[in-house]
Amino acid sequence: MSEALIFDAIRTPRGKGKPGGALHEVKPIAMVAGLMQTLIERNPLDTAAIDDVVLGCVSAIGDQGGDVAKIASLYAGWDTNIAGVTLNRFCASGADAVNIAAMKVRSGWENLVVAGGFESMSRVPILSDGGPWALDPETNAKTGFLPQGIGADLIATLGGYDREQLDAFASESHRRAAAAWQTGKFADSVIPVVDINGHLVLAQDELVRAGTSVESLAGLKPSFQGMGEMAFDVVAREKYPQVERIEHRHHAGNSSGLADGSALLLLGSETQASQWNLTPKARVVATALVGTDPTIMLTGPMPAAEKALKVAGISKHDIDLWEINEAFASVTLRFMEDFELDPATVNVNGGAIAMGHPLGATGAMLIGTLMDELRAQNKRYGLVAMCVGGGMGIATIIENLERG
Amino acid sequence: MKHIQLTTSDDGIATLRLDRQDGPANLMDIAFTEELNAAVDKLEGQENLRGVILESTKSTFFAGGDLSMLANVTETNAPQVEHLLTSLKSSLRRLETLGKPVVACLAGSALGGGLELALACHYRIAVNQPSVRIALPEVTLGLLPAAGGVSRIVRMLGLEKAIPFLTEGRQHKPKAGYDLGLIDELVTAPEQLRASALAWIEQNPSVQAPWDVKGFRLPGGTPNSPKIAQMLSIAPAMILKKTQGCYPAANAILATAVEGAELSIDAAQRIETRYFIPLAKGPVAKSLIKTLFFGKNAIENSAKKQLKDAQAFHCVGVVGAGMMGAGIAWACASKGLNVVLLDTDLKRAQKGKDYSEALVAKRQDRGQLSGEAGTALLQHIQPTDVMADLAPCDLVIEAVFEDRAVKADLYQQIQAVVAKNTIIASNTSTLPISSLAQSVDRADQFIGLHFFSPVDKMPLLEIIRGDKTSEDTANAALAFSHQIGKTPIVVNDGRGFFTSRVFKQFTYEGMAMLAEGVPAAAIENAAWLAGYPVGPLAVSDEVTLTLMDRIRTQTRKDCEAEGVTYVAHPGDAVIDRMLENNRVGKASGGGFYEYPKDGKKRLWTNLAELFGGHEDVDLQTLKDRFLFSQAIESLRARHEGIVTSENEANVGSILGIGFPAWTGGTLHFVEHVGVEAFRTRAAELAEQFGDRFSLDGLGDVLPSV
Repeated sequence: MSEALIFDAIRTPRGKGKPGGALHEVKPIAMVAGLMQTLIERNPLDTAAIDDVVLGCVSAIGDQGGDVAKIASLYAGWDTNIAGVTLNRFCASGADAVNIAAMKVRSGWENLVVAGGFESMSRVPILSDGGPWALDPETNAKTGFLPQGIGADLIATLGGYDREQLDAFASESHRRAAAAWQTGKFADSVIPVVDINGHLVLAQDELVRAGTSVESLAGLKPSFQGMGEMAFDVVAREKYPQVERIEHRHHAGNSSGLADGSALLLLGSETQASQWNLTPKARVVATALVGTDPTIMLTGPMPAAEKALKVAGISKHDIDLWEINEAFASVTLRFMEDFELDPATVNVNGGAIAMGHPLGATGAMLIGTLMDELRAQNKRYGLVAMCVGGGMGIATIIENLERG
Repeated sequence: MKHIQLTTSDDGIATLRLDRQDGPANLMDIAFTEELNAAVDKLEGQENLRGVILESTKSTFFAGGDLSMLANVTETNAPQVEHLLTSLKSSLRRLETLGKPVVACLAGSALGGGLELALACHYRIAVNQPSVRIALPEVTLGLLPAAGGVSRIVRMLGLEKAIPFLTEGRQHKPKAGYDLGLIDELVTAPEQLRASALAWIEQNPSVQAPWDVKGFRLPGGTPNSPKIAQMLSIAPAMILKKTQGCYPAANAILATAVEGAELSIDAAQRIETRYFIPLAKGPVAKSLIKTLFFGKNAIENSAKKQLKDAQAFHCVGVVGAGMMGAGIAWACASKGLNVVLLDTDLKRAQKGKDYSEALVAKRQDRGQLSGEAGTALLQHIQPTDVMADLAPCDLVIEAVFEDRAVKADLYQQIQAVVAKNTIIASNTSTLPISSLAQSVDRADQFIGLHFFSPVDKMPLLEIIRGDKTSEDTANAALAFSHQIGKTPIVVNDGRGFFTSRVFKQFTYEGMAMLAEGVPAAAIENAAWLAGYPVGPLAVSDEVTLTLMDRIRTQTRKDCEAEGVTYVAHPGDAVIDRMLENNRVGKASGGGFYEYPKDGKKRLWTNLAELFGGHEDVDLQTLKDRFLFSQAIESLRARHEGIVTSENEANVGSILGIGFPAWTGGTLHFVEHVGVEAFRTRAAELAEQFGDRFSLDGLGDVLPSV
């Protein structure tokens, strides 16, 4: 069995995921192909050696429809014998692409795989791909469909996280992201997006606001109160009858931002490493997926992390650094509380609240960010965990192979 | 044919006259379906046919489905019902695709199946009179419109308008139907219908339904279009909020509407049938039809009959112009009865009338009441502090606070001024009528008339016969009930009569849960999820714990006097603790809830401290405890002869004390659950929570298996 080695991890900067955002004018396939270009420049190899391209994308219709993973490798001029698959595991799509790539390599059935994800939320808005969960009334009623934000507010209500705590967490995310940019933490892995003439479109994450504070966020109105009070709150009553009322405390400022962006990783076996003279930066130690209560929906990161730790045969104390996706402030706060973590070890360079959450790409971005920070701090193990729509959780444990 | 007459004029105009032979209204039953099929066969075979006119010989156009059939759908006969629907829809579809104009003439209401019949026509003309209503009210009886109603309404209105029309089942006047697009033309008199129909046929010699025309598009957009999609994602939650998860019909209608929206109309109609069958086979539709349709109608009809036989009341005296008295005055005056509203001083009496003035103003604002009607209504109420003003009253209702001495004194004063045959009634909700009757000179003409608060909204009147109350007096009370538009139940005397004693179980069970450490929110939510309109703690705050305490103190005293042991309920301890903490209810600053001036009420934060509040929640058990405690108390009341009619107990429990309608009422709940399952669950609850769930000694009133 081969270890699943990660040779490289790059991403685009994240653009504001609305019309007017810098990446709105960049078509999703071009975002992906741009990174493909860079990946091959940084890791010279014959693309014919790549078995598959696995990319996450949540709303795979329109500009993102029709298996972009395969078409992008054709568009990028890669060898025609590479396969490609675009997958949807909601917000974990990018992380799952990497996990699946790792499984492919560890199985020995494939040896070199490109994995990652993309999402242009400005072009293909969230939920625009429809689907029975929300839009087929029988399914919707049977499964108790809820928007994620109601689950996030329920977590805050149950955990007693008040508005100030959530906003303080959000402000810290911005502070850390801004600091990371300032100190060049992202310099090596964030690849500027350029147009076909080579002109720069976007070099830095567009959504980070360094001066964000509890005070500056105080004026924002709760995002899910209207729809919650209109109807969705009652859906939670049957599962959480002990809750008198869901406190709607999440808003645009303490939830992840809509964003455009893409990320790619190159994974492969030891034989491929020596064949192409690639340096393994990290290895995937363990992966895990779980399903959890779909009503609160966003408590999957904890059991997913537990499961991955068990698979890896290590304990939480062995993990040096954590990336817990900031879908909503309460999700990460709850994880830190349950795992009794030192906040200094979690989302060291900020997260999706500051930089945005391009749905299909974020998971792959988190794995890359974690690799960089483990190297920077010369630490060994890192764990990425994310909450996922429909009540799922995902986790990936990586080991830094460049420790001094 | 027996129910449909088909005639064709020389110039090719066929008339289908709907004329059910053995009933006051046209019904969609097997016989009708067969005749419709035969009639369409004939129409298809007619040469020179130019058009078809549908009309009714009855006061309504068509009453709808045959509920006695629909309330008895079982696993065994479901295939026949399915076949009936398929056959009916096929006939209607053949009518629709006849190629000739088909016009429905609505001189009266078209409800349910009747409207579905009209929707299969190409053009609908209605007489614009307020008595004419159109609606698909199936949802209110737990069913869905499965004779093409869902499919055609969706195609005519688009999903956004169709969903509320179908899932709310509200009745619309002809003008509203016209504005919606369901009625194509309005005429002012029935005589004009035919001419209008003929004119339209003349102008439209060959027609197709819009959905049969190539290129038809669903009005307002398909389910995946952004605006509709957004509405659909929240629609099931909105329905849950309304149905409390207890009534499956609205969801089934929504699913039918959306799943069929983009299919051919034939496929859409098959989907209607698929979703209809589980509703018809299930218990909720049966319970609703049995109690709220047949049961309630039977009660109201028999009250109506009493009014026909007895003399109507003209003048009602209401003594005590507090909240109840003021409400009773409104109930009488709003139906045209004169009211003498008496209190100890004129100011108080006037304050009681102010209540009606406020209601009149509100209804005038909403356009529900004209200026003159409002003025006339208020002129019916004469506030006074002079006892002699009661002299012309043929009924006097005493509505003062629950104090025997005060009441006894009043009866003396009342009977001194009124005529000999004037009926005297008490609105007491707790004091036994027979004991109050001891203070009047006419025990045979003394009766309990228990109104529910708020009187203008609550439809029930509980009539309590004392030991000596005459049959004539009870019948007169029924007639009175019909006069003021209330649904009456007649019960025998006893502590808490029927409704109060059964209602008490709900509040006390909620408090018992609190005493066990069940989180207060879970208690309230469990009641809501079981289908109750308000939680037991919230409603206790409204009733006030002071009143609950006063009642149990009286009960204790009465028990002592009778030499019976008072059996404490586990909820009693909670009342004690709350009284100790001076938390007695909403009116006195807070009870189980806090009532902030600037926001919604919230559960009192100290409850967890006082009673605990971290027990694991078994929702189903909490729900069962509410439902079973009230059902079993009803069985006891039936066993003791307090209620003599199962139907009245059922209707009374739903209309009077908020017992969930999906059960079909407290006594019908036994059958709804299944007698065997009911016994088993009651035994489990008795074992776990005490004898109040025991069925011992109730064998005579339990249905046999």
